[in-house]
Amino acid sequence: MSVKNIGSTVEILLVEDNPGDVRLTIEALKESKILNNLNVVDDGIEAMAYLNKEGKYKDRPHPDLIILDLNLPRKDGREVLEEIKEHKNFKRIPIVILTISEAEEDILKTYQLHANCFITKPVDINQFIKVVKSVSNFWFSIVKLPPDGE
Amino acid sequence: MSKSNVMKPVEILLIEDNPGDVRLTKEALKKSKIKINLNVVRDGVKAMDYLCKHGKYKSKPKPNLILLDLNLPKKDGREVLADIKDSDSLKMIPIVILTTSLAENDILSSYNQHANCYINKPVELNKFFKVIRSIELFWFGIVKLPPNRLISK
Repeated sequence: MSVKNIGSTVEILLVEDNPGDVRLTIEALKESKILNNLNVVDDGIEAMAYLNKEGKYKDRPHPDLIILDLNLPRKDGREVLEEIKEHKNFKRIPIVILTISEAEEDILKTYQLHANCFITKPVDINQFIKVVKSVSNFWFSIVKLPPDGE
Repeated sequence: MSKSNVMKPVEILLIEDNPGDVRLTKEALKKSKIKINLNVVRDGVKAMDYLCKHGKYKSKPKPNLILLDLNLPKKDGREVLADIKDSDSLKMIPIVILTTSLAENDILSSYNQHANCYINKPVELNKFFKVIRSIELFWFGIVKLPPNRLISK
């Protein structure tokens, strides 16, 4: 079991089906002072396959942080959240919900399912980039991430 | 869509027994541009009394965010975390662990117990201020907190 050491690369899993948002996220994270690797899947089924290291994901690194959209094809983000947070090996992974929804019921429900935080995706591109940078700054320089326990 | 009140203050519950750290946190939050009410309890038993609105805490508002030290008298912070995150009426409240412990076991078990994030308390004054400021900017500026309207029951 190893704690994330200063200098090691942070592995991020982005679960997002909108290619524009994926590209913006990549751009925003490129400018981060902290070394990070962004791994992307575009639906809920692929997200679980990634975590379970199934098939083509068998050598993918375990994520230190998950950025999760709620509205996903094939398997909804809310289901993915619930599954991850009930799983003995995955529940420790911080999940940042990043979604267009601002519905109060969505916000409440995702916190009840133990999402680590809920962020509404800004429509404005510059704001979007600013938000992703804030996520990276807070979660990679201020917070202590869980050890990966593998 | 709920109507936005003339900005209600954000309610923070600080669960911390070290008076110096309490004072520093108060100082750090004074500089905030948003209106913050900092409520402080100094042990784990009082923390649960506060959240369950027992006795003198019966009119206290439910917090929008909890800052929780792990090492507390009377009832350990690790137990407080478990109690809150197991409670249907409290589990949605974001909990920021703010502790001197760097023990891997503490970090892992806090996340397993659904702490929202884990932060090591800096010893150095300016770093401490910076951390409180970062918490404030992130949790009150970027994040959407669980709606008051739905949690204040």
